[in-house]
Amino acid sequence: MDIKLYIILAITLFTIGMIGVLVRRNAIIIFMCVELMLNAVNLLLVAFSKMHALNPSLSPTVASDAQIFVFFIMVVAAAEVSVGLAIIVMMYRNVHTVDVNFLNRLKH
Amino acid sequence: MNTIFQLAWLIPILPLVGFVINGLGRKTLSKTLVGIIGSGVILISFVISVLVFLQIKQGHTDVIHYFDFIQLRSLSIAVDFKLDQLSGLFLLIITGIGFLIHLYSTSYMHEEDNKDFAKYFAYLNLFVFSMLLLVLGANYIVMFVGWEGVGLCSYLLIGYWFRNSDYTNAAKKAFVMNRIGDLGFLLAVFWLISKIGSVSYDQIFLSANLAKLSVFDITGITLLMFVGATGKSAQIPLYTWLPDAMAGPTPVSALIHAATMVTAGIYMIARSSALFSLAPITQHVITIVGLATALLAASIAIQQNDIKKVLAYSTVSQLGFMFVALGTGNYVAAVFHVLTHAFFKALMFLGSGSVIHAMGGEQDIRKMGGLHKHMKITSITFFIGCLAISGIPGFSGFFSKDSILSGAYEYHPFVYAIALFTALLTAFYMFRLYFITFTGKFRGTHDQEHHLHESPLAMTFPLIVLAILSIVGGYIGVPASLGGHDELSIYLSPVVKSVEQSLAHETEYVLMGLSSVLVILSILFAWVKFRNYKNALPTTWLQKVLENKWYVDEFYQKIVVEPVQSLSVFFNNVIENKIVDGIVNGVGKLVNYSSRQLRWLQSGQVGAYVLLMVLGMLILFFIQLFL
Amino acid sequence: MNITTILFILLSVMAIGSAVMMISSKSPVHSVLWLVVVFFAISGHYILLNAQFLAIVNIIVYAGAIMVLFLFVVMLMNLNAETEPIKNYRLQLVGIVAGGLLLLVIISAIMKMDVEHLVQTKDGDAGLIKVLGMNLFKNYVLPFEISSVLFLSAMIGAVVIGKKDENVN
Repeated sequence: MDIKLYIILAITLFTIGMIGVLVRRNAIIIFMCVELMLNAVNLLLVAFSKMHALNPSLSPTVASDAQIFVFFIMVVAAAEVSVGLAIIVMMYRNVHTVDVNFLNRLKH
Repeated sequence: MNTIFQLAWLIPILPLVGFVINGLGRKTLSKTLVGIIGSGVILISFVISVLVFLQIKQGHTDVIHYFDFIQLRSLSIAVDFKLDQLSGLFLLIITGIGFLIHLYSTSYMHEEDNKDFAKYFAYLNLFVFSMLLLVLGANYIVMFVGWEGVGLCSYLLIGYWFRNSDYTNAAKKAFVMNRIGDLGFLLAVFWLISKIGSVSYDQIFLSANLAKLSVFDITGITLLMFVGATGKSAQIPLYTWLPDAMAGPTPVSALIHAATMVTAGIYMIARSSALFSLAPITQHVITIVGLATALLAASIAIQQNDIKKVLAYSTVSQLGFMFVALGTGNYVAAVFHVLTHAFFKALMFLGSGSVIHAMGGEQDIRKMGGLHKHMKITSITFFIGCLAISGIPGFSGFFSKDSILSGAYEYHPFVYAIALFTALLTAFYMFRLYFITFTGKFRGTHDQEHHLHESPLAMTFPLIVLAILSIVGGYIGVPASLGGHDELSIYLSPVVKSVEQSLAHETEYVLMGLSSVLVILSILFAWVKFRNYKNALPTTWLQKVLENKWYVDEFYQKIVVEPVQSLSVFFNNVIENKIVDGIVNGVGKLVNYSSRQLRWLQSGQVGAYVLLMVLGMLILFFIQLFL
Repeated sequence: MNITTILFILLSVMAIGSAVMMISSKSPVHSVLWLVVVFFAISGHYILLNAQFLAIVNIIVYAGAIMVLFLFVVMLMNLNAETEPIKNYRLQLVGIVAGGLLLLVIISAIMKMDVEHLVQTKDGDAGLIKVLGMNLFKNYVLPFEISSVLFLSAMIGAVVIGKKDENVN
């Protein structure tokens, strides 16, 4: 399989996630879009790990290195989700909505 | 270097020291001390000047270098003093007459406050310092420094009684008029620098350097210099400040008119005679302007009733005579007349000061009369001054005026005729002044008559000295036709070269005789007309025009002052308010407006920021990947 | 066209289609479910790429744990299609255009890219648990330990933030 196809797939998913961030106002959906973007990156890492496996100039563990990076990204994502959802719950508790347009305190 | 010349720097520095001491100590020094310091420094300067003069007279001249003032790539301007025949003579006039005026002032100004008295003497000393600098400078820049200093001091002294707004206006007028002239002088100096690359007299007057100047250059430079001279020496069109300068204390008027200030223009042109001799057009202009000024001022003087105004217009007129002499190439005669004029004009101003002093500040001659009985010394000395200025044979004015007139005759008989007529007017108005003031019946109040008294010795002593000088001062320039040797022109010959006189002695006798007879006739006419003067209003239109000084001030008001004022109003209302403020406020409004337009970027909503971030990324990617 | 290609196309269409559905559906619950479908498709890609363990972990952690957490929060807040805030239409358009342009720019850049030397390997055991475990606990043991600290702090943070603030009322 051509690496270009994977790259295009990953980029497409990433862009869809970004468009979601731009067009949606629901904080939870935006958060999910961020997760989608993280997964797009994960997919790209895994794809490259496959392509680089036989390159003799690289270390022998290069393929599993990339997958370990994916692990760590998942770790970070999990931590991020826990904190982020806590923040959203907190926001909902205070303003009774998840509409990010209500969070325009940065203007002041 | 000559040992006496090593002291030359003291001549201007001493008055400066006097200025500093009197200026700084004006609150602490007593009047006596101020007077002693103020007059003393001038006296010492005078003594040194005499010593220097004696050296110069023996033929020693020198340029003394003190320090470099301005060093540019190709231009070096040094503070040098030039000690030669011309500056030596002026040193004597300035310090000598200056000292007498200082001495006179100690008495005349005695009723002023302690502080004002010291201020007065400080300014007076500064005035003398500036004038000495002007005369001693060996280049045009040092002369210009003195030139400006003189203008400044005249402003300060004319506006000495600054609480009276008329007087401060007169001071401002003098200053502005002078500035107009100064601009001309300055431009001339710049022109010289650009063409010759030097400002020192010795350099400029080298024939090699003069050859660098085209006819256009020389005419332009000399005309600009003459503009400067018209400002300082009160010629048409810039003369109107001088009569108004009477606002200052009378000794100041004497100083301005006799020893300093107005002679600066004459000195400058005499000093630059090498240049002016090469510019016949300028010489014609100078002759015509001088002649017109002499005639105009003399005609105005006939109808003036303020004792100082008469003298002021007389000065303007006499300065016109000097310019006629300069214009006709008769530089020695001009310097000669400066000298004699300094004597009798100082004498008459100090005499008028004495009269004013006695009259308790009254200056209107219609309210005087018969003062001869009460103040004999003043009257007699004043009479001598009148004789001298009228040019009665034997008095100093006769020789200098005769010298000018014969030069004018040689230049063109028409010039001579006008000058002679002006001389007759001079005799007429001076004796009108004398007769109205000193003869007839007293026309003032009873109080004033009661208080009439002869002035104290400090005032009469200078009068006597000046009266003697007014008589004998002319004998240094007795022309050959009267059996003299014309020592003045021999003395000045190394510096100033006059046009050779080629009149036959017989012609000169005729001219002298003619002028003498006519002058005596006009004096007699004045005697008949004014010996028992009664107050009379001007009747004919000519008298009215003359009393109003040919409406020149009103003319200037209409032609210059009002347009300038309306232009200022225009600038204030349109340029300042609309354009300048418009630009300034417009910048503010623009920033305000554009900030308001940009505010939507700062919506505070994270979504909008993310969108902007994405757009930024897009642009960066695009630039990075495709450009 | 071999089976791998067919699977790749199938999974790609599934991932992209589900992602589009995820961002376009009105109801947050539907969005969550579509995202789960995306994760499954990505896990399928992982298997195609010889990352078997990662595929399983992805399903367990993402599709299982994280998305359940999302669902839980959505339900907790009682969000549905009616409460969904509608964004400004024009801003939506701008966002779509901007994202589309970014996609176009990057894809067009990638198409010019020279990747001929990158050849996909047929066989590989990089994704096996054994290999990954050896690498993780040999070479990446320190980051592994530190990630536990990250988890701890995230947990504490979540508790602190989610706690009811008693000072507010």
